[in-house]
Amino acid sequence: MYKSGQRQHAYDNKDISLVENNGLLRYPSALNFYDRPPQFDVTVEEFETTAMDRLRVLAEIESSLARNRTWEELKTATYNQYMKYVPLHTNTYDDTEEERRKDHLGHYVLRLAFCRSEDLRRRFVKAELTLFRVRYEETEAMDREHFLSSRDFNWIPVTKEEKVQYNHGLYSMYHAFRHEQDRADAFEKEKFYKVKWTRVPDLVEKRKVFLKGGWAYVPGREQSSIVFKEFEVELERALETTARLIPRLDEDSRLIPVLDNLSQGFVAGVASEWTNATEPGSSGEIRAEMVDDLAKKHFPMCMRSLHENLRRDNHLKHFGRLQYGLFLKVLGLSVEEAIAFWRKSFSRVTDDKFNKEYRYNIRHSYGLEGKRANYPAKSCLQILTPGPSDVGCPYRHFSSENLQTALLSMYSQQGLKSADLPEIMATVDAGHYHVACTRVFEMTHAPHGVAKGEGIGGGESVTHPNQYAARSMELAKVKNEDDKMVE
Amino acid sequence: MSIEADYDHSLPEVMLTYYRRLYPFKSVFTWLNHDHTPTRRFTHREWAFTLAGDVYLRYNSFATAEDLKKKVCQLNPTRFEIGPVYSARPGDRKTVRAGVFQPLQRELVFDIDMTDYDPIRTCCSDAGICKRCWAFITAAVRVIDHAVRSQFGYEHLLWVYSGRRGIHLWISDREAMDLTDQERKAIVGWMTLINSGRESSQRLNVRVGSRPLPAHLQEVYETLSPTFVDLILRDQDLFATEDGFKSFLEHIPDEEIVKKLRGERELMSSSKQIWDSFTEKVKGVAAGTSRRNVLSAAWHDIQIYYTYPRLDAEVSKHRNHLLKAPFCIHPKTGRVCVPVDPERIEDFDPEEVPTVAQLLHELDSLSKAATAIEDGDSSGHHSDWEKTSLKPYVDMLNQHASRLMEKTRLEKRATGSMAW
Repeated sequence: MYKSGQRQHAYDNKDISLVENNGLLRYPSALNFYDRPPQFDVTVEEFETTAMDRLRVLAEIESSLARNRTWEELKTATYNQYMKYVPLHTNTYDDTEEERRKDHLGHYVLRLAFCRSEDLRRRFVKAELTLFRVRYEETEAMDREHFLSSRDFNWIPVTKEEKVQYNHGLYSMYHAFRHEQDRADAFEKEKFYKVKWTRVPDLVEKRKVFLKGGWAYVPGREQSSIVFKEFEVELERALETTARLIPRLDEDSRLIPVLDNLSQGFVAGVASEWTNATEPGSSGEIRAEMVDDLAKKHFPMCMRSLHENLRRDNHLKHFGRLQYGLFLKVLGLSVEEAIAFWRKSFSRVTDDKFNKEYRYNIRHSYGLEGKRANYPAKSCLQILTPGPSDVGCPYRHFSSENLQTALLSMYSQQGLKSADLPEIMATVDAGHYHVACTRVFEMTHAPHGVAKGEGIGGGESVTHPNQYAARSMELAKVKNEDDKMVE
Repeated sequence: MSIEADYDHSLPEVMLTYYRRLYPFKSVFTWLNHDHTPTRRFTHREWAFTLAGDVYLRYNSFATAEDLKKKVCQLNPTRFEIGPVYSARPGDRKTVRAGVFQPLQRELVFDIDMTDYDPIRTCCSDAGICKRCWAFITAAVRVIDHAVRSQFGYEHLLWVYSGRRGIHLWISDREAMDLTDQERKAIVGWMTLINSGRESSQRLNVRVGSRPLPAHLQEVYETLSPTFVDLILRDQDLFATEDGFKSFLEHIPDEEIVKKLRGERELMSSSKQIWDSFTEKVKGVAAGTSRRNVLSAAWHDIQIYYTYPRLDAEVSKHRNHLLKAPFCIHPKTGRVCVPVDPERIEDFDPEEVPTVAQLLHELDSLSKAATAIEDGDSSGHHSDWEKTSLKPYVDMLNQHASRLMEKTRLEKRATGSMAW
């Protein structure tokens, strides 16, 4: 993007306003490889808002990937999202300079926020690469050419002689056009580039390039593969370098909290519309992003502990998945949302592995694979008498100390006090696990007007985790409506 | 002393003698290390031992070849495996921060195993192997060896007989050792035409429509086409069996011809006849029509399908996959896992590979002769293999290793002069 020395130049003129001095030279293309860090002043506020806006776009991409959307759907969704939050037009638009500056800045702030762990880096690279690909495809051919020539991609143009020498091999791997004549004509005009095959592993894997002596001969129309791979590799490398340097940033106490906040947002899978993601939509459907919040407010202890294990380990074993997955199904999570939910939760599992090992099981539990049975969620009775590898009911299977600690840490926010513990523990010791669970429900829903002995409605005690959650959500909804009435 | 000792390889003392006196530790060391003095390629390398009673010890590492030998003689494993070069010594992995201990380098390996050929061989099944089914391996070696050298440009290939029914390939070029898992997966994708397992009856997906084969597969076809006639049609006579005939028909994308062939089934007794009849029918379709194109594409693809190498993909894809070390003894057959020369793969006969019992007998007769001539020169133990039929195989590994060391020497000189 810059010739060497230009950076120095830009730096010298730092205090003079950017647009006048550097004009379009600073961002000659809407596409950016982000080779150079931004060299301008920003306010802390801009630092944060720019990053937040970009994060919304990346979150949309992540959720599209997790939902297994097709490339076209993903492209549209991403395009709309970035036009909304970090608009970036090709050369025709007036205010490109400002847009591109924002794009540049946002990218670099997020680099700082997401360079800190292997997991964050991987997810960040994937999302950024997808964003880059979407934009690359949106960009018009001429601007793309311009962008490609502005940077050294280290590819070697294949000479005429070499093209003649490997004519047969190159042509046999050239599959543009249906008609033989069109194909031959296009081949005649096609420019080939050679790169070490490791730079285009995706093309090699699908046997789409001609290979000779470790060199891949890439036709011009597959050039984008090299560009994307280069983008990925460069970004990975840059993030690792940043990770090593970041401790030095500690001096600036203003930025650290901002960065922490950003990376936490990403970890929790910031929803694109995260402000209203916590309440079920108008149709009552539950989306993957809402599970975290629902778990905190409405789930019985067995499911909360599964949820927390899942969040802690980024994984759950088979029977845990089964028990929790069926519970979520009955709660109202559609199969698409369930796949999205588990995909995001198993953040350390590769896509490949997820698709191979987990997707089937999820679809199976929804009756879409295998014997297509509609499996019900497990009831308390089943949970209380678990098989050898089942997870069980915390009231029964946790040790007394563990249970008390867990109760307090899970439910104190909803009004459970340590003074309540002896009563709960007494019922547990007597073996009345239902009663203990029901009591916890009553205590934590006292603000909704649930009195002791009322249980989950009409004095009924908890016999099914879904009953617990459904009643809890119902109460919250009633309260919500009441509040609105008062207003 | 007159009774011939019974050297059963399942006896621990037999294995111990083999490790003490014959196993070429030094050669294996230089092959993995690419240098005389130990480098990370050796010291940070994982070794895994399989002991009697299915005890499996992972994450061992050694500073020198002598250390390795000492441990092997102490544990006396039934076999041992070689893993990747890690970012730290595998033996110290618990002392480094989690996440820092990562596999960095590893020879690119391929594993071809006869079990994956069960659907297309009639002579043996499962663990069995004979001279006849070895022809499949021969074809596989020729195809893979050529592809790796000419398409990927790697030069340092070591083929090792697995001791029973398969063969391993170890590629030690620097670039190959540095490949990431993703890149290894790409190579496997490039090489794999037939997915073993469930989908094994599916047709090949090697061309766009019925266009000509890509150039490199055209070469493969030319190598394999004679094998198809000799091996599948003549030797294995595969299509004459009920299952073989059925699966053959599944590869023909033309209802009419399938129907006709099925009708003629009774009249044809050999695979050759069946194949010739199919060829006739393909030729009978007017040239230039799309039906003819589809059929003639299938005609070629079928030949490739029945002879193309079946790779065990998982072994190649991940750097941290362990693979049995050369010169181990196969626990079932007692044969040594010896290097194989790909140039002379046709002449290789797995049944002629020395067994541990044979080698120890050779040593016995040797020591009898030696004591007759001169008294006790026990210092020469480490090179005892030189006097047995193991010698040509160890020599092969040594030559391979010395080419790798030469490469290292040249590299050092280049960087040395640059630093100057």
